[in-house]
Parts: sequence; structure tokens; C-alpha cells
Amino acid sequence: MTQSVVVQVGQCGNQVGCRFWDLALREHAAVNKKGIYDEALSSFFRNVDTRSGDNGPGIYKGKICSLKARALLIDMEEGVVNEILQGPLRDVFDSKQLITDVSGSGNNWAVGHKIYGCQYRENIVEKLRKTAEHCDCLQCFFIIHSMGGGTGSGLGTFVLNLLEEEFPEVYRFVTSVYPSGEDDVVTSPYNSVLAMKELNEHADCVLPIENESLFEIVNKIHQMINSGKLGSTVKQNSLVTSSAGSAKPVPEKPFDAMNNIVANLLLNLTSSARFEGSLNMDLNEISMNLVPFPRLHYLVSSLTPLYTLADVNVPSRRLDQMFSDAFSRDHQLIQADPKHSLYLACALLVRGNVQVSDLRRNIERLKPSLHFVSWNQEGWKTGLCSVPPVGHSHSLLALANNTCVKPTFIELKDRFMKLYKKKAHLHHYLQIDGMEQSCFSEAISSLTDLIEEYNELDATKGGPRIDPSRLKIAV
Amino acid sequence: MSIVTVQLGQCGNQIGHEVFSALCSDIRGTHGLCSKNENQSYQDSCKERFFCEEESAVPVARAVLVDMEPKVISQALSMAASSGLWRYSSHSHFCQKQGSGNNWANGYCVHGPRHKEAIMELVQREAERCDRLGGFFTIMSMAGGTGSGLGAFVTQCLRDAFPTSFILNHVIWPYGTGEVIVQNYNSVLTLSHLYHSSDALLVHENDVIHKICAQLMNIKQISFRDVNQVIAHQLGSVFQPAHPAGGGSGYSRNPLGDLMETLVPHPEFRMLGLRNIPQMPESSLPYSTFSWPGLLKHLRQMLIANAQMEEGIDWQVRPPHPGSSMPSTNKPLHFNTSIANLLILRGKDVHGVDLGSFQDPSLYTSWLNPQDAFNAWKTPRAFNKYEKSAALVSNSQFLLKPLDSIVGKAWNMFASKAYLHQYTKFGIQEEDFLDCFTTLEQVISSYTNL
Repeated sequence: MTQSVVVQVGQCGNQVGCRFWDLALREHAAVNKKGIYDEALSSFFRNVDTRSGDNGPGIYKGKICSLKARALLIDMEEGVVNEILQGPLRDVFDSKQLITDVSGSGNNWAVGHKIYGCQYRENIVEKLRKTAEHCDCLQCFFIIHSMGGGTGSGLGTFVLNLLEEEFPEVYRFVTSVYPSGEDDVVTSPYNSVLAMKELNEHADCVLPIENESLFEIVNKIHQMINSGKLGSTVKQNSLVTSSAGSAKPVPEKPFDAMNNIVANLLLNLTSSARFEGSLNMDLNEISMNLVPFPRLHYLVSSLTPLYTLADVNVPSRRLDQMFSDAFSRDHQLIQADPKHSLYLACALLVRGNVQVSDLRRNIERLKPSLHFVSWNQEGWKTGLCSVPPVGHSHSLLALANNTCVKPTFIELKDRFMKLYKKKAHLHHYLQIDGMEQSCFSEAISSLTDLIEEYNELDATKGGPRIDPSRLKIAV
Repeated sequence: MSIVTVQLGQCGNQIGHEVFSALCSDIRGTHGLCSKNENQSYQDSCKERFFCEEESAVPVARAVLVDMEPKVISQALSMAASSGLWRYSSHSHFCQKQGSGNNWANGYCVHGPRHKEAIMELVQREAERCDRLGGFFTIMSMAGGTGSGLGAFVTQCLRDAFPTSFILNHVIWPYGTGEVIVQNYNSVLTLSHLYHSSDALLVHENDVIHKICAQLMNIKQISFRDVNQVIAHQLGSVFQPAHPAGGGSGYSRNPLGDLMETLVPHPEFRMLGLRNIPQMPESSLPYSTFSWPGLLKHLRQMLIANAQMEEGIDWQVRPPHPGSSMPSTNKPLHFNTSIANLLILRGKDVHGVDLGSFQDPSLYTSWLNPQDAFNAWKTPRAFNKYEKSAALVSNSQFLLKPLDSIVGKAWNMFASKAYLHQYTKFGIQEEDFLDCFTTLEQVISSYTNL
């Protein structure tokens, strides 16, 4: 069994991270009734004897003493992290796992990456080593951050670099929240594009998220609950946005509901690695199957169902509906429409009481309406995990490597160019030690190249299928 | 003689567990329908082949379980133990903490050499526990990373360490519509490597078994457990004891050797397919009666028309006219030419059965005598509650189309160079891929020109 470490950077990263740990505890509490520290728990938590401070019965089958998250919390302001440490999750984090400062990064990627990166490098490396030593077999780092600000974006990508240098064999999955068009941070395009270059070069897989999509999903659920037209009540704890049953009873802040969605994404992603199933899908399999070319590692994700009704009987029609929804525009976590773009690869991770025949039936049903690249016509990766998420009898996570991310990147590039042409705010960056004009030109060219790769693939869409001729053997 | 089973990867371990369960429940069953002596002899032979009965209360399977991550093996061990009918040895498994990530190169180039000693030691120990070693039976899928890559490496090690033993690889072919995106690459790499070190490949295709579950077994929501149980039943119908042709009272003492001798006359042709009749839900058995002529007629047509099960057979397909040898281009399309066939009959009234239809020379290629190309094994002892059942193991063009399809899809992907970086980073280069493609195109060509 492998372990994963979560590195949450910046305000957004830490807020999402906080929801993740809360929901992870809730999920394991629902499955693990006996309070035994088992292998599933050990993937994200250490079992610590608080009196001696060392690892307690880390050997499985021992009782749970005190669970500590395998996490590193990094923020250059203290507000968010302090709040976490005063909240109900305070016992889950070790004080040695925090790196904070006071003044923040001023929404400046260069401050986060160059200044704080340099300053805290050793500290970060040491703490990462410590966390890695506590792992029997470390498989993956999950980085959670936003792209638009200064800390998450700049320091977050600095840490990404560091991880590649110090732990080259460990996978790096990055959950990045991309800024929306009406973002109130003026320099967010600069920050995002500078960060994109790092993601292009150093991440194994990136799961881009857009706030607009999360917001729409939250609204959809609100409408559905308030309209009452379905006649049945919704199971509160099944809402993909809900914190019900966790340490924090009611979402207090508006972002909590949105952040819960991202937390659920990460839980579902790792479910097959933690729990058993008839067809396991581990994290290294996700990277292997969904990344056909090294730089094309951006995966569009969707989670269904968003809620479960309190009805006990779920006819298979509902099950099929879940599959259909996974491909619809309004269930994606970024503003994209995969159905009308080109699929390079697609992964379906099903949890709960779903069998291989249900999976096959739905793939057969949906396949004709989706466009797959010519060299990967049957490009499906599937996984079946027996343990459903809290409140549901089954759920589906769809990850698509699809050219529909292209518009997001093009828009980002446009917003960048608007500022860059006028050299607006540039001096804030260039005055930082280590930043030069070339950083910007390299970053934008990296993004342009990426967009071009997607363009080339899109050009093959719908064209005539010419299979390459096979090897000839002399008879 | 005893057979050591090596279960590789998730698929191998899940199926292996079902196979031992099926064998065990068959010998415990009282539906032998034969004499007490016969039944006793059957049970003893099966136990000698597959189980070890030391001081332990229950039979211990002669198996080595290998996987790169622990979840599946621990499930298999605990399910066997909790059945109370048989168990795995507590010291015959090897696992690591992190899987192979569906990467053949990772399984073959990294995990293989790294864990060779530990794995081979387990195999050696299991082999030494056999009074007489009859060979190895490995179970693996070719779509993933461990079963396929590590499996190919282990097969090579077995060949090196036991040069005179028989090795039969049971290979599961994945669903055509993807379980793993790089499954075609992994399949091509596996099959070409196995062709060099294994004696024969016995193939089951998930698509075919799925259809059997849906149409013959009437299972509504088919799970992998259902698929694996059908596979286990089919394997049991081949491997349970039977009397080889030529009279002789004893059960075959060298099952793998006999199998190879009858079915693999030429090293270029090693792919074996399996058909079984009848196949139905257990609840329907009491209401069904079977006749040998009926069963054999269906089975023969399944062979000729390359049907996957006893429903939906194309009865229009006929063998070419007998007589002078025909150039292969003149043979009617869709006709499945055989090199060699083995029929295993189990149950009531086996000894009077007329097998002439299977000895028809027009079924076979011209370069073997029909008497040599066809063999039959029999036992009056019924298998798994079926009053009469027949299994056909065939070295024929059964697998030609599926093989061609897999190689075609893999080639298509290879031409675009997709995913190659995932393999090169673990040590498999483009030239290695080309070698494998060449090997398989050769196999395809040989089978096509029968």
C-alpha cells in the first residue's frame, strides 16, 4: 500500500486542503468502524502516539491513537493557516508541518517564486524529507494551489520544481484553480502564465479547476433543493458540496461548498488506491494511461452524481444517467465541453455497487457520440472500487485528456497579452531579483507551444481515417 | 504428477482463486455418477495434481501468488482460508507495495530483475514439494503491467531454471473496448515474449466469456467474479483428471506433457483456444438432458465456424471438399482450419461415443495425419454437476482474428508514437517494439496460411 503527501500552498490551496482533510476523515470514519489503523488510512494519515511524539503503532491492526495528516501547509500570510489550527482540525496537523510568514506575496508570482522560494528552500526540503521518511512507500505528491495569486502560484510552482529535483521517482499531481475572466486580481494573467510554464515542465498530471464551474454546480444544487419539485428529500451528506457529518457541521463560508467539490475530486481519485475493488486503478496507472505525450498532461474532471435522493431503490436508469451526466458540459470542473472536442484518452473510476457489465453497457452507449483521436479509438481506462463515497451507493469520476482545455489556455494567453503589450504592472515583477524579461517571453512561448500541440491534434478530428500499413512478412 | 500454478497480477490472482475453488468443490461433490472406485481415483489424482496434503487439515493449493501491490493477494488468501475447504500456503506469496502502473516495461525491466530471486525461491520451494513435477501453469492478463510484464519475465526465468519442464501460460485477453488504454502495447509485448519461452498459450477472451455470462448463464449484472467463475469452470473441465486415449486404466500422469504432445506439433503454432459445452446456470441443470451426438454436433460446428458458444452458431459453414489437398486460398471463407484438436469428455456413457466427425481430414491442415491431429480423453466421472460435458482445446485459427485486431490497433498507436515515452523511460525502446511486432506478424502469417 502506498502513501501520498498533500502540499497545500497559499490561501486557496489551504482552504481547499482543509476541506479535503475534513472529508477524508469523514470517509474513513464511515468505512472503518473498528477504529483500527488500517492500510487505507495510512495512505493519507500517520498514527501517532501523542505522548511520545513518535510514530505509534504504525504497524497495521493497531488501534488508532492520534491521526496526523501527511501534509505540508505553506502560506506566506498567517491568517488562513492560523484559522485551520484553531478550528476542529487542529489536532490533525503537526506544528512541524507548517511554513508560514507574515506579509504575503502581494499577488506577485515573482515574490512567491524567487524571493520566498529562495528564502524557504532549505526549510521546505527538510520538512518534505521528514514527511517522506514517515512513509513506507511514497507514491505521490498532491499539490493544491491557485494560479492567479502570488503564493499559491509562485511558491507553489517553486515547490513543484523542488519535488522533481529531490524526489524524481514520486508522481506529482497538481490541482490548480485557474482565475476566471472577472478575477479581481489584475495581475492574475501574469501569475497564471508564469505558473503554467512550470506546470508544463515539472508536473506529471494537472487537474485544472475553474471557479465559475464550481459556482455553477453549487447553484444547480441549491436550485434543485429549493425547488422541491422532485418530491423526495435529498440525503444531506451526499451532496458533493456538503460538509455534513464532518468536523465542521455547516458550511460557513461561501467558498466551503465549492472547495468541497474539489476535495471530493481528490478523494475519488485516490479511492481505488486506498480501497479494494474488482479492477483497481492506482495513481501511477492514471498517469500512464492518460498522458500520451509528456506535455499533454492536463485532465478535465467531472464528478457525478452531485447528490443522492433518499430513495433506497436506485434503478439502473439512474445508474446510466450518472454516466451520461459525467460527459455533459455542466458537470465538468472547468468551463469546457469535452463532447464536442477531441478525446485523447478517457478514464472512468466507478465507486460502489457497479459491475463490469454496467460499465461496458454505458461505454458502448456513449462512445458513438464522442470523438476519439484516430490512434486511440478505444481509449478507455476503467476502474472499479467497491467502496462508495459517503451518502452514495455509487459514484463516477471521469478524467479526460481532451482538447477542450484549449479555449481555457487561449483565453489565458489573450488576457496575458492584453497586459503585456502595454507592459502594465511589469515593473512589479522585473524589480525582483532573478526576474528578467526573458522569464515572460519564455513563459508565453511555452504556453503558445502547448496550444499549438492541441491545435495539431484538433486538425486530425473528423478527417478520414487512414490506418498506417502493417509490416509485411515474407511468406 | 503435480502442477505448480503461478498467479500473476490482479487478474491472475483473482482467477487462480476461482480455479482452486472450482476444483475443490468438484471433487467434494457427490455427483460423480460413476463407480466409487472411479470417484476415489479421480479425487486422488486431482489432489495430487493441484493440492498438497501435509499435516494440514485442509488441502493446500500448489500455488505461488505474485503481485506488486498487496490488496488482491490478501483478499485471495483470506477468501480461500474462510471457505474452510482449501487454502493457500501462508508462505507462498510475494508482493510489493506499489503496482506496475499498467506499464509492461515497469513489470519486465524493473520489477522482474529486482524481485527475481525472491519469486524464484518461492517457485523452487513449491516445486520441491511435488513428488514429481509435471510442469507450470501461469495465469496472467496481458493488458496490465504486472501480469503481463512481470509475467513475461517470470516465464523466462521458469524456462531458464527448469529447461525440461512444461510451461503452459493461461493468458486473459482484455475487452476490445478498453480496460486499459495501453492494453494493445502491453499485449503485443507480452505475446511476443511468451512465444519465445512458453510451450503453449491457452487463451480466454473477456469479450467471449462476457457473452457466455449474458446469453447462456442469464446473469443480469455481470461482475468480474462471474466472468472468472466461468473461466475457472472451463479450465477445470480441461485439467481435471481424464483417461488419455489408448485404453490404459489410470488417469493421465502427465497432463501438461500430454496436452503439449497432442496439441503443439510445431513450435510456430502455440496458441490454444478453449470451447466448452454445455454451459448453463446451475438452476437449469436438473431440467436439462443431454445426448452425446447432440453435444458433439454443436461442438464440431463451433470448431468449424469459429463460434464462441453454443448459441448463434453459423450452420452454413462447411469444411472444404475432402480429397486432394487444397491450396489455402481455395478454402471457403470463415472456415476454421485446425492443426490439432483435443476433446475431453466427462460423464455418463462416455465410452460408446462416436468421434468420427472430429477425425474428418478436411478439418485439418494437410501436414499431419488426422489420427495424430485428433485426440480424445475420457472419464465416466461427471464434472461440476453436469451429467455430460465436453471440452475442446484447439490449436486452430480461433484466435487469428482477435490477434490481428490487437496487433493492428497497437501498430496504429505506435505509428503516432503515443505513450512511447512511458515505456522508454523504463527501458523498452522503439526497436524492442518493432521486434515484437515482427514476431507477431509472423505468427499471424503462419496461421493465415494454414
